[in-house]
Amino acid sequence: MRTATLTDTTLTAPALPEIRAFIVENFLLGKDSGFDNSESLLESGIIDSTGIMHVVAFLEERFGIAVDDDDMVADNLESVDRIAAFVGRKQELRNAA
Amino acid sequence: MAHLVHQFLSETAKQDPSRTALIAGDARRSFAELDRESDAVACALQSAGIARGDRVAVMLENSIEYVAGLFGTLKAGGVFVPVNPSTKADKLTYLLADAGIRVLIAPAALARQVLPALETLETPPTVLWVGAGLPDGATGLLYADALAAQHRQPAEPGLIDQDLAAIMYTSGTTGRPKGVMLTHANYVNTSWAISTYLGNTPDDVVMCVLPLTFGYGLSQVLTGARVGFTLVLERSFAFPMETLKRMVQHRVTGLPGVPTVFSTLLGLEAAKTADLSSLRYLTNAAAPLPAAHLHRLRERFPQAVFHSMYGMTECCTRISTLDPAELDLKPASVGRAIPNCEAFVADEEGSRLPPGQVGELVVRGANVMRGYWNRPEETARRLRRGPQGETLLFTGDLFTQDAEGHLYFVSRKDDVFKCRGEKVSPKEVENALYELEGVLEACVIGVPDDADGLAVKAFLVARDGVALSEAAIRQHCRGRLESHLVPKFIEFRDSLPKTDSGKIRRAELVEEIGKPARPAAASVRSPA
Repeated sequence: MRTATLTDTTLTAPALPEIRAFIVENFLLGKDSGFDNSESLLESGIIDSTGIMHVVAFLEERFGIAVDDDDMVADNLESVDRIAAFVGRKQELRNAA
Repeated sequence: MAHLVHQFLSETAKQDPSRTALIAGDARRSFAELDRESDAVACALQSAGIARGDRVAVMLENSIEYVAGLFGTLKAGGVFVPVNPSTKADKLTYLLADAGIRVLIAPAALARQVLPALETLETPPTVLWVGAGLPDGATGLLYADALAAQHRQPAEPGLIDQDLAAIMYTSGTTGRPKGVMLTHANYVNTSWAISTYLGNTPDDVVMCVLPLTFGYGLSQVLTGARVGFTLVLERSFAFPMETLKRMVQHRVTGLPGVPTVFSTLLGLEAAKTADLSSLRYLTNAAAPLPAAHLHRLRERFPQAVFHSMYGMTECCTRISTLDPAELDLKPASVGRAIPNCEAFVADEEGSRLPPGQVGELVVRGANVMRGYWNRPEETARRLRRGPQGETLLFTGDLFTQDAEGHLYFVSRKDDVFKCRGEKVSPKEVENALYELEGVLEACVIGVPDDADGLAVKAFLVARDGVALSEAAIRQHCRGRLESHLVPKFIEFRDSLPKTDSGKIRRAELVEEIGKPARPAAASVRSPA
């Protein structure tokens, strides 16, 4: 159900809770620090450049998408919101094909 | 001539004020602007009580604020202590306490790691926060306020070149990092030596993807300020396509890297067609580059020369470099000692060995550290008095030297190894593994790996009746350790080989795996 508090990103990104859960499980010892979904995962030290590779491997496996060199940019992977939106776009492209 | 590190910046700012010193994303600073910004940081630090010899930690990613924090600390008379922003709270507490940090410059975005670390300290440092405002529940100062203050010169702290400029933490065998004390004289000399053999000029534009908290990264900032060239700072190499675009955009002339950086670059399809004709030199350090990668880099960038270098934090990060003209003749060598430094291979007593014999590499020169911070015993183990009363550094690295003085790395004397160019103390990883209740015994070694150089491998014995999963172990380690320390390979065993006294025999596991103790010679010589 849509509520006024949900952002557009959340609406178009059903993958978001799973992505967040993966990051919390794997980088925060399972303890959710309450970080914001729009927060830079790199700047806040939650993950580093190697961590990004783990996240990409997870996205490819879990959501069946292919992440190309050109996709490996901050716009797609900087925050949970952006990752979720990126996965959404990739899935749409795949479904449209 | 500058005899203090921050004079590099002030002198260049006078001579070439409008030249771009730093580019970080969309932000830029000229040398004059950087000089003024670091004055503002210095004044804020002095107002917070920093005087000659006080330690200031900078826990920032590669950024303009990092560089201003570095020079600001030195201008205030302080000793600069870089801290990797991915340091977890426990280790941060240890570093802050060990170095006796008076002021910590940290991003507000890292408040979740920083605040718990401060809570456990008896006398926590004042924090100068970089960010939009004070984090919730935090006290301290704001970097933005420091910049907004009326410009003035910091008070003259009266430093000489024998004063400490930095304490750089490095992994040791004990699992607790040690602080390497480096003086202004160390850095002034070594920055001169490095920029001389690289032939840097003010027209250089150097791309820095290396963390500035790492000696090799820091030396880019110092040589840049000394020579007056432009440094392009990348936060990391997490998004290589973006870095590649900026390399083209800024007509980069120098690329310092480690094997992982070059292997990523070679793997990028777009790098084949990108216009990198401006590239004049590449440097590799921290770990040997596989011969195949070196070959492909030279094919890809035929106009650029390649410098193979070797060093360690204890020597201001640089000991030797291979003249690019000798690369084809001696591809497995890390070259000869840098200018104003001598390196030789010695036996246990410190006597020089003839060419070809394996012994410990000993260094004498203006790059040799003062010692380890608050660790007189470990310092005495590494630093000895030479025949002329000079300080000799016993590196703990085994080398051979040929008749022309070229150096060849053989192995470490202790258990420390390098993964992705960064030191791994097996003990530090084992300590984290032992925190898991189900782990009865743990032993960590480096195993040869194409991507990592030596990858971290953990051998584990589980406690009776406890099921340990690889995923759970890695997850625990990721939350506790920096990423290069997280085991890539995990093997469960029923028992581990032991000595009669019950100590785990690491050497036996190393032998079993092959000969990972010879990464330089083996990986460079093998026809890959």
